[in-house]
Amino acid sequence: MTVGLEHFLILSAILFSIGLYGALAKRNAVVILMSIEIMLNAVNIAMVAFWRYGHLITGQVFAIFIMVVAAAEAAVGLAIIISIYRSRETVDVEKIDLMKW
Amino acid sequence: MPSGVPLAIFLLPFFSFIVISFVIRPFLNSKPQLSGYITITSIGTSLILSLWVLAEVSSAPGHMLSMPDYEWLVIGDTVIRFGVTVDALAAIMLIVVTSVSLLVQVYSQGYMHGDPGYSRYFAFMSLFTAFMLGLVLADNLIILYVFWEGVGLCSYLLIGFWFHRPAAARAATKAFIVTRIGDFGFLAAILFLYFKTGTFDIGELHHLALAGAIGGTVLTWAAIGVFSGAIGKSAQFPLHTWLPDAMEGPTPVSALIHAATMVAAGIYLVARMFPIFASSLTAVTTVAAIGGFTAIFAATMGLVMNDIKRVLAYSTISQLGYMMLGLGVVGIGVANDAISLEVGLGLGVAVGIFHLFNHAFFKSLLFLGAGSVNHATGTFDIREMGGLRKVMPWTYATFLIASLSIVGIWPLAGFWSKEGILDHAWDHQTALFFLAMITVFMTAFYMFRLVFLTFAGEYRGGNAGHGGASAHAPSLRESPLMMVAPMGLLAILAVISGWLPVSSFLGGKSESFFGALAHPMAWVSMVLAGLGILLAYALYSARWLSVESLRRRFAPLHTLFSRKYWFDELYERVIVVRVLVDGIFALLNWFDTRIVDGVVNGVAGGTIAAGRVIRRLETGQLQVYGIAIFIGVLAIVACFLIFG
Repeated sequence: MTVGLEHFLILSAILFSIGLYGALAKRNAVVILMSIEIMLNAVNIAMVAFWRYGHLITGQVFAIFIMVVAAAEAAVGLAIIISIYRSRETVDVEKIDLMKW
Repeated sequence: MPSGVPLAIFLLPFFSFIVISFVIRPFLNSKPQLSGYITITSIGTSLILSLWVLAEVSSAPGHMLSMPDYEWLVIGDTVIRFGVTVDALAAIMLIVVTSVSLLVQVYSQGYMHGDPGYSRYFAFMSLFTAFMLGLVLADNLIILYVFWEGVGLCSYLLIGFWFHRPAAARAATKAFIVTRIGDFGFLAAILFLYFKTGTFDIGELHHLALAGAIGGTVLTWAAIGVFSGAIGKSAQFPLHTWLPDAMEGPTPVSALIHAATMVAAGIYLVARMFPIFASSLTAVTTVAAIGGFTAIFAATMGLVMNDIKRVLAYSTISQLGYMMLGLGVVGIGVANDAISLEVGLGLGVAVGIFHLFNHAFFKSLLFLGAGSVNHATGTFDIREMGGLRKVMPWTYATFLIASLSIVGIWPLAGFWSKEGILDHAWDHQTALFFLAMITVFMTAFYMFRLVFLTFAGEYRGGNAGHGGASAHAPSLRESPLMMVAPMGLLAILAVISGWLPVSSFLGGKSESFFGALAHPMAWVSMVLAGLGILLAYALYSARWLSVESLRRRFAPLHTLFSRKYWFDELYERVIVVRVLVDGIFALLNWFDTRIVDGVVNGVAGGTIAAGRVIRRLETGQLQVYGIAIFIGVLAIVACFLIFG
């Protein structure tokens, strides 16, 4: 069995779905952040696969970009979560409802 | 005559008002007497110009001068012009207004002396005179209506001149509102006529009415609408209640506005629109019936009042009723073809306006006399007067002349015009004639009741601290020359005004001096008047009969008259409170709060309720939104897969 483009895309889709499920269903803010990282990396896999099979340099460039943005996002996101945890002693997103009606 | 003269007659008093209001009151308040001088000068000049106009009119063919008119308003295709009517009727009215006004202003200088509102008083009086002259000169209904309301406004301001007295403020409001009810009908009639004929011009309306170009029903309704305005302004039944209360104003105001001029505006209006009235039998019958009934109705109330000015007020209402009766009965004659149209139109105006002319002089004199008495005694209550003949000979003499004149004794002024009215009533409406005859008797009785109670016998007043303004301390002496002189002039007019050829000038006929005595009618009415005087003498001077026993015998009637037929109660308690406040206003209030506010509040409440449900969807949970987006994307992809 040769490993082709479709296998990478299926892997990417499965990872993206897992990440999406985690981002939408989990209550813990840290888990949500991790799920988002999974989604971003699923996209990275697709990008790199397209570069490998389609010879599009853009895919590689975007993958690098996404890594940079993901690192920054993780840093900022974690900082916010830590800050919320310090003031409210929880990272459960359902309980962070100060601005709610 | 330059065409500016009639305009100047109107503008002079108006400028006087402007000068007093904007120059003298703000800057020269320490010299209020200037206001009086300016008013008298301007009205005096108006009088001279009016005499000039009269001379020009009497030499003009058909007693009619054509004057240029000017464009005033253009609304689409409608052009409203303004101009002046200068005919016999207007000329006579100009003379009445300017001469009575002038004499009253001179008198006012004495009567209002030292009043803190001296300048304001003369400003209002000037404005009133200007509006009244404008009303007389107006040649179309819109302009006439403007001045009509203007004199109503001045009447309001002057009745409430001493506005710190609650009674005066109430009386002013009452006068304004009650006359307004009539004015509503007048305005409706003006608009109705305009929609039917397309013109506001009085002369054109006359031509159309006489040519039969306006339908009978239209004419009748228009005439009745116009007449309702006249009912309000001239205090005819059933809108008569405001005039007696209007006596709260200063007495010269009562003399000028509520006896001689403004209340006569209703008569003038009917006379001015006479061709329209005379074209409808229903309309003239209404005029005659209301006039005849008001004459006797007001006279009965005059019999029992104890306030000298109120007696005179009821007398005014009664005399105005006579004038309406005179206009109405001649109108009936014209409408029945008993009088030819060419003769009848002039005759009707002559009969009504001749009495207006005479009445203006003797009634304003009576009011000035009442003011003079008040000046001395500090009260208007005739029970606290008596014996003033000795201390106030001039007031007594002039008051007596005016009383004889109003009663209709030959050869004084009242005789001539009253005979004319009675004559035509006899010819055309016998039932109303008998009412008018009974009124002659009553008039004689109540006038001489006043004369005897005020001037004969012994002085009964002087109870310290009773009634009256403290400014007029009862010092019991004749009023100053400034007050007596105008009264003397008016007394001369009250004698001779009937001899002037006013009636023939207006298109009627004038009786010869002794020829009038050949009519049996003259003797009948004079005997009735004499009986009235005799009864008053017997009751109040010689005391052959006891007033008390008479009052007890006719107790129900006395109560009925002195309570003014409970008309005030009917209007205030029943119509205003029950019908308007409890009925219509409550219904409107319910409609407003429940239906109008209900719709607005319902919409708002519905929105809030819907928002309360819908906001549950906005959880604030980013994850829920994420699921929504995810489902949305799936739906779009599904659509692409299925339909794309």
